[in-house]
Amino acid sequence: MLVLTPLLVPLATALVCLLLPPAWQQRASLAGALLLPACGLALAGEVVSNGPLTVVAGGWPLPFGIEFAADRLSAALVLVAALMLNVVLLWQAGGSADAAPAAPTLQPLLQGLVAGAGAAFVTADLFNLYVWFELTLICALGLLALRGGLRQLDATLKYFVLNVFGTLLLLAAVALLYAATGQLNFRALGAATAALPAGIALPLLTLLSLAFLIKAAAFPFFAWLPASYHTLPAPLLALFSALLAKIGLYALVRTLGAVFQPAPDLLFAVLGWIAVVSMLSGALGAAYHWDLRRILAFHSISQIGYILLAIALASPAGNAAAILFMLHHSLVKAALILTAALIFHACGHYDLRRVGGLYAGRPGLSLVFLLLALSLIGIPPSSGFWSKFLVVRQTLLQGEYLWAAFALAAGAVTLYSMLKIWLEAFWKPHPDESWRAPANDRLLPAHAALGGLLLLILSFGLLPESWIAYVMAAADSLRGGS
Amino acid sequence: MIWAVALALAAVIAAGTYLASSRDLLRCLIGLALVGNGINLLVFASGRLLSQMPPFVASGAQQLAVAANPLPQALVLTAIVISFVLLCFSLVLAIRLLQTAGSADTAKLRAAEPVAVEGSKPALEETA
Repeated sequence: MLVLTPLLVPLATALVCLLLPPAWQQRASLAGALLLPACGLALAGEVVSNGPLTVVAGGWPLPFGIEFAADRLSAALVLVAALMLNVVLLWQAGGSADAAPAAPTLQPLLQGLVAGAGAAFVTADLFNLYVWFELTLICALGLLALRGGLRQLDATLKYFVLNVFGTLLLLAAVALLYAATGQLNFRALGAATAALPAGIALPLLTLLSLAFLIKAAAFPFFAWLPASYHTLPAPLLALFSALLAKIGLYALVRTLGAVFQPAPDLLFAVLGWIAVVSMLSGALGAAYHWDLRRILAFHSISQIGYILLAIALASPAGNAAAILFMLHHSLVKAALILTAALIFHACGHYDLRRVGGLYAGRPGLSLVFLLLALSLIGIPPSSGFWSKFLVVRQTLLQGEYLWAAFALAAGAVTLYSMLKIWLEAFWKPHPDESWRAPANDRLLPAHAALGGLLLLILSFGLLPESWIAYVMAAADSLRGGS
Repeated sequence: MIWAVALALAAVIAAGTYLASSRDLLRCLIGLALVGNGINLLVFASGRLLSQMPPFVASGAQQLAVAANPLPQALVLTAIVISFVLLCFSLVLAIRLLQTAGSADTAKLRAAEPVAVEGSKPALEETA
């Protein structure tokens, strides 16, 4: 049953929230959200001590039963989802600093989104994976449209069209794989696909990877991300950045790294170049923009490129680097977006041309931003350093010098984006001379949420051994170890 | 039979793709729904269309005789429900967009991504 908690707890909470009057929704949602990390920790503890956990619906023998399975990778991502849900709810409790409007649909949609993500991380059935992608998609659409202004509706439309195209490709790939092999369970599907002739397996796996790449916002399929994310309220933007593209990346690691392993080399070679172009185009896109939300959202594409590069290495060490980078990116990008929301709270704008003077007005916030930005760039000892170090070292060890060079170059462009924010928002005097930093009204929950994330990120950077050991073991168990 | 389904599938997906690439909001959304239905047909056909017999094991027998594959039918039911939900959501979204923006031309919908100012600089954006 523990395997099912990442799905059942948020789904039950969402249903309960739907039935409750709005005044009670937040409390019910918080209760469910607090239970989720406990389940995640129990799951991780069980997986680390006793190996992967599985449960088959109805006790049917495999491959006929619908299987759920959790290993170290699933448990880590479930924990990230649980943590981010709590951060969002804590931020919402203050009700300020660009919080989401307290609509009666907010809590059910939030819980539904996390249920879809959590279930995608623990499912061991390809059709089930598609269903959880759809659940996440429909909840994300509802959250995007929550504010209901023209900007949000426009963003929702673009998100809808491009993402639905992605899930349709995914469904087509699932149907064709089923038609070719007669299996949907991951283990049976992997064995049956390995027996297929290469001329049939390659196009099917390409179609599947293509669908996941659209969901992961990789070049050239990322257009939905910068078209929509910046219209979200800050806590939801943090949640989306931490979670949504990760589901696509998780699915890539799971399918190419475990289920269909060994996948065709050609796929990984193409994936490597997609990763390189994603890294560069994401970093350059971020360098162009001046709106904090847009810079940070666009920059995610660059970070997704690093994760794809690690996946493209097609080795256990590469997968370990990809998993570590996913954890690092979820935490740091979410924290940076929440920092941007505090900049907005102090200055009333997200656009760097209309903010400034925060080094004098908000020294604490400056320190927080500096720590997070250094981590994103990858200055030691920070979480970003260890993640990038693992990716680049493994790329060099496998002889892909050109990919490694591009990865380092993209890091330099990241430095430029972060310097731009630092110079414009913190060092530059505020463009309006009569501006004074406002009082920190109702910001205690927001500060607590950001502070908690920051502590976790700092401990990641200063004590990376346990994190690296965990992801190494996770990558090993992907290929059938314990 | 399978070739007739394959032809129908190709026609529906071609029509859907054509509509989905339209600049008109409603055509685009209907096109996506058509492609979705085409792919549902693909899911349905993925179990092969060999027989119309219901998949019951005859009494006393240990194995199923030639019968329809029930699994793709269960899968396609789920997929149909999901595509119907998405179609409903997209139509409501289209109505709200038409009311708010006053235009069905997707090329004119630039509220979330305003056109650059002074040649190439990103436009100043609304906050909310």
